[in-house]
Amino acid sequence: MAIEYMGLNNIQGPLVVLEGVDDAFYEEMVTVTLDSGEKRIGRVTEIAGDKAVIQVFEGTSDLSLTNTKTKFNGEPMRLPLSKEMLGRTLDGVGRPIDGLGEYFADEIRDVNGLPINPVSREYPNNFIQTGISSIDCLMTLIRGQKLPIFSGDGMPHDELAVQIARQAKVADADDVDGDKFAIVFAAMGVKHDVANYFKRSFEESGVLGKVVMFLNLSNDPVVERIITPRCALTAAEYLAFTHNMHVLVILTDMTSYAEALREVSSSKGEIPSRKGFPGYLYSDLASLYERAGIIKDSQGSVTQVPILTMPNDDITHPIPDLTGYITEGQITLGRDLHLKGVYPPVAILPSLSRLMKDGIGEGFTREDHQDLANQLFASYSKVEDAKSLASVIGEDELSDMDKKYIAFGKAFDDKFLRQGKDENRSIEETLNLGWELLKMLPKSELDRVDDKILAKYYKGE
Amino acid sequence: MAIANGTIFGINGPVVKVKGSDAFEMQEMVYVGDEELIGEVIGVTENETIVQVYEETTGLKKGEPVRGTGGPLAITLAPGILSNIFDGIERPLKDIRALSGAYVTRGLKVSNLDESREWDVEIKAAQGDYAHGGDIIATVQETSLIEHRVMVPPDISGRIEWVAESGKYKITDVIAKVSVGDEIKDITIAQKWAIKKARPYTERQPISRPLVTGQRVIDAFFPLAKGGAAAIPGGFGTGKTMTQHQLAKWCDADIIVYIGCGERGNEMTQVLQEFSELIDPKSQRPLLDRTVLIANTSNMPVAAREASIYTGVTLAEYYRDMGYDVALMADSTSRWAEALREISGRLEEMPAEEGFPAYLASRLSQFYERAGYVTNLNGTEGSVSIIGAVSPQGGDFSEPVTQNTKRFIRCFWALDKPLAYARHYPAIHWLTSYSEYLDELTKWYSENVAPDFMQKRERLMAILQEESSLMEIVKLIGADVLPDGQKATLEAARVIRVGFLQQNAFHADDTYVPLEKQNKMMDVILLFDKRIRECAEKGVVLSKVAESGIADDIIRVKYTIGNENIDAPFEALKDKINETFDRIIG
Repeated sequence: MAIEYMGLNNIQGPLVVLEGVDDAFYEEMVTVTLDSGEKRIGRVTEIAGDKAVIQVFEGTSDLSLTNTKTKFNGEPMRLPLSKEMLGRTLDGVGRPIDGLGEYFADEIRDVNGLPINPVSREYPNNFIQTGISSIDCLMTLIRGQKLPIFSGDGMPHDELAVQIARQAKVADADDVDGDKFAIVFAAMGVKHDVANYFKRSFEESGVLGKVVMFLNLSNDPVVERIITPRCALTAAEYLAFTHNMHVLVILTDMTSYAEALREVSSSKGEIPSRKGFPGYLYSDLASLYERAGIIKDSQGSVTQVPILTMPNDDITHPIPDLTGYITEGQITLGRDLHLKGVYPPVAILPSLSRLMKDGIGEGFTREDHQDLANQLFASYSKVEDAKSLASVIGEDELSDMDKKYIAFGKAFDDKFLRQGKDENRSIEETLNLGWELLKMLPKSELDRVDDKILAKYYKGE
Repeated sequence: MAIANGTIFGINGPVVKVKGSDAFEMQEMVYVGDEELIGEVIGVTENETIVQVYEETTGLKKGEPVRGTGGPLAITLAPGILSNIFDGIERPLKDIRALSGAYVTRGLKVSNLDESREWDVEIKAAQGDYAHGGDIIATVQETSLIEHRVMVPPDISGRIEWVAESGKYKITDVIAKVSVGDEIKDITIAQKWAIKKARPYTERQPISRPLVTGQRVIDAFFPLAKGGAAAIPGGFGTGKTMTQHQLAKWCDADIIVYIGCGERGNEMTQVLQEFSELIDPKSQRPLLDRTVLIANTSNMPVAAREASIYTGVTLAEYYRDMGYDVALMADSTSRWAEALREISGRLEEMPAEEGFPAYLASRLSQFYERAGYVTNLNGTEGSVSIIGAVSPQGGDFSEPVTQNTKRFIRCFWALDKPLAYARHYPAIHWLTSYSEYLDELTKWYSENVAPDFMQKRERLMAILQEESSLMEIVKLIGADVLPDGQKATLEAARVIRVGFLQQNAFHADDTYVPLEKQNKMMDVILLFDKRIRECAEKGVVLSKVAESGIADDIIRVKYTIGNENIDAPFEALKDKINETFDRIIG
């Protein structure tokens, strides 16, 4: 019989301190019972002598130094897992909130997960066709990759994530009825409308039965937010590596997550590093992002598409900055494209997919894919140069070559980037479209393409 | 000597406070808790001892025992290191996988190196010889590429009283007995060495040879010397890891130590997979045969991240002692610095710049100073070259890790975001990078490549410098209004940038370019520069040069001329350039 401790010694923000504790362990879960009978859960975040510092997930309002009883549960934060989770909606710490009651657990796992041994990893090289030209051609998504969307407030990152989730499903050749596909969706500090948008979109495209939703909305407790992605990834790992499913994890919004981490850190009195974020922000984000991948001895995979809104569209802000150092590339959305009405507003120059090189080309997509992508990137960067020159001397004064680039840039935005929210282009269509656009430039400008490829695909003068 | 024993008193992340004994030594290795997690003593006060734990501390309880080992954290040095992959404290990840499956769990007991494998040992010493520390007493063919030289530990010297016969031995077997004073010491194949202590050598040699990498922008523009230290700073996506991989694949060191410090798990898997498939062109053996990998991925415990750098450099020094040229790649040293910051923060030390501890600079210098070209204790010569990637926050080179690193390295390959955005790879920017080794290496280049190699390099740099100042004007008024002489400079600079500096790592020939070809490429570019200037002086319309397509022929040389038998095609190209210009000038 576990001891219950009466009262508390200190309450500070989301943290409470309990003294005289003897056998608590680090990251142990506790239950705090109020006099009213309300139960809250918390986690030990520091032990100093007989003092235990506890994070209370539901927040500390109504708590006093005398009106609580605290019980140590003897285990770290764990999540019950089952295939029945598919189609269910859970709160930020994994308790069902859809009114359908508890589900029967096959297994219970520590949500913190464990680092995957690099020797056990399978290097991902399986191309996922998202049907979105800019992504498929220039920053190809690979199964088992972590590829975040760097966005800003007011930009259509949610629409893009939904489109990826919906269209990525269809491309799997050996999974016609989509039995092996699942989506794990974790909302951290997002608005009700956003969560509803995702739910409705999944419903409309008929995949809702394949989705596990973890919702910590913007008015839910901040401390819970730190657990939410961990629960989601534990569920994803379980579905992928125990049930051999291909799991797409959408985490939104990582900025709220990092801010929650900062809030808790500051109430613990930790020494801040950049912009007040704790020094361990990198390690902490890595402990989430690194849970993507494919492991040997299993057929499944975990692919992550985290969404983060860059504060003030600043890509050097610590959250996008550290994320970019951990993830395998990024899809960056551009404000100017969005204002011009281009959907999806993918700013291709700061976007990148690191795993792309091994998942494209002959046998995966088409032999010309890499060269074409390199050429489009290189040519588009010249468009930017021409545009900045035009803004000084006016378009009329540009050299003929620069004018060609300006025209190429316009066509690229209109035909290649722009596409409908349910337009699903095959990779063949996308690549052909790319060559179609390169026709606007003379052959001598195409310096990134191998001669043989150029002879075969280039249709211009 | 008393072994210290204490109990856990407080836990905060990887930092554990211990009470109950004052016998712990600084940097002593300890076993923490019932699961015997590995830790290191990092602070001792009258009341308590502070330990950093190299494994996850979830589940540790107050009151659990902490046991000292009486010695610092040391790693095992013996055959079996090469083509292996270790975690930050030299535990083999393959064995961990066999024990715990796909994930790395805690408290695992694995030996550093395979102790049951029998190696073919050839004994080189004889009874009665006098053995000094570092002397080679036996050899083992460790991999098809590398002969492992078993040495007397540096701190032992004496008369050899007994040696084993050549034959099959395990690394724990005694192969010699040496009398030191009145004592007889057993010499096993394996020796232990504390990772934070540099291995001794006789003397440092001056820098004289380059580390040839086959990457044009490095070899020709900013060469690194064997025994030197270089830093590759760059924001995310600028190609740090890609550059490190290219160097690990192609540089002419004998041994590669590759440390993945706080980086992506998939990248380590990729190195492992790629290096076992890639064949070394010189020896026709897999590159993995000369490589050792150390992986502390970003989600592995942060304290072991700090150790991984020291483990790597100790392994590198060990092979240097055998007389090899070793290149060490650390990707990324910023993660190591952040590990220091994280531990320091948990200790509530007073932070200096941006939360980094005040001892950041001294730790960085201790690490980079372990590079060097030396005469070893046994008289052989060997080198350790260090190439450290730096991941500056926000891509801003003024942050503390980049700035402090710059003080201790002499070769700086600055990766540039706009270049990477334009997919100009390697994105090493020619105006912000530098190499202080140029003077020391000039002699080698003159003797081994071409007498005027450095002059040609200077000429190319001058053209690029001139382009950069012209671009300021072009940005304002466009290139059309420039006088012909300056337009010629822009065209020549374009040929240098696209034809020479850009290199395609995915192209079979272009991924590695021998110095001889680099030299000839410089020749044709300089010929082009000379002739186009002549056009400008004689008032020939420069668009005729563009129409002739001769610039594209030069740019495509990296693809059209292979790496072997290059004399004839280059001569032909020179003739073509001359003919074309003769025709244009008329």
